Amino acid sequence: MMTLWVALAGSVGAVARFVLDGMIRSRRATEFPWGTVIINVTGSLLLGFVVGLVVFRGAPSEVQTIIGVGFCGGYTTFSTASVETVRLIQRRRYLAGVTNALATLVVTVAAGAVGLGLAGL
Amino acid sequence: MFGRHDPDAALPVDPDVGVPALHVRPSSIAAVALGGLLGTAARYGLGVAFPETAEQWPFTTFAINVAGAFLLGGLLEALARSGQDSGWRLRVRLGVGTGLLGAFTTYSTLAVDTDLLLRANQRWTAICYAFGSLAAGLVATVLGIAASAWMTSRSAEEAT
Repeated sequence: MMTLWVALAGSVGAVARFVLDGMIRSRRATEFPWGTVIINVTGSLLLGFVVGLVVFRGAPSEVQTIIGVGFCGGYTTFSTASVETVRLIQRRRYLAGVTNALATLVVTVAAGAVGLGLAGL
Repeated sequence: MFGRHDPDAALPVDPDVGVPALHVRPSSIAAVALGGLLGTAARYGLGVAFPETAEQWPFTTFAINVAGAFLLGGLLEALARSGQDSGWRLRVRLGVGTGLLGAFTTYSTLAVDTDLLLRANQRWTAICYAFGSLAAGLVATVLGIAASAWMTSRSAEEAT
């Protein structure tokens, strides 16, 4: 039963990523994958907050499983971020590629820490 | 909206023509939703089968992310080499690429697991895990693209 809830939450997360990415793409005609960056950063912030509620506040672990593993996991994506970095490098946009890879990592870790911190307040 | 004029609005519109945008088409959203359901279930199932303990290198997430990066690189390269991004190729790209492989892999867990390792004073594990995932993911993507390119060029040679 839990698998079904997690999978449904992940499905909603994947659709949210698809729609948000599409909206961002239709507004900004740039090669830099802003959509994926924004999705991964906001998803990490939310996951940090949810994990913090469970770890520091004793929220039920099902919350972390359904919202964290399900929604946040389906919403954020590592594979697309990797492919977008490789594509930028293939097009010889080396600086944009390296920036995308490193900035996404550093900013998502920072966002996760902010989420954890907010839950612990 | 895109400056196109439909001379005969009564005729059914080909669902794969560029208007309306992909992310508002019910068929595209359904493909992503189904793929996302399967990708998340697969990641959750692997997490249950190979549980991670706190303050330890999250090897399950690492393996999932690297494998997903390899598969997405290979899939997108194969689709791009086989023809136009429409019809079944578009549905596979959205369902399997954006939906399944997008939901299978996760960036939020990578980020927050790194935070938890940092909070537990496992600084080296955190740094090696975060940058190791990033580097392994990029290498896996390049290998996936190369494997796909090699297979399509070999099948093209066999066809001639």
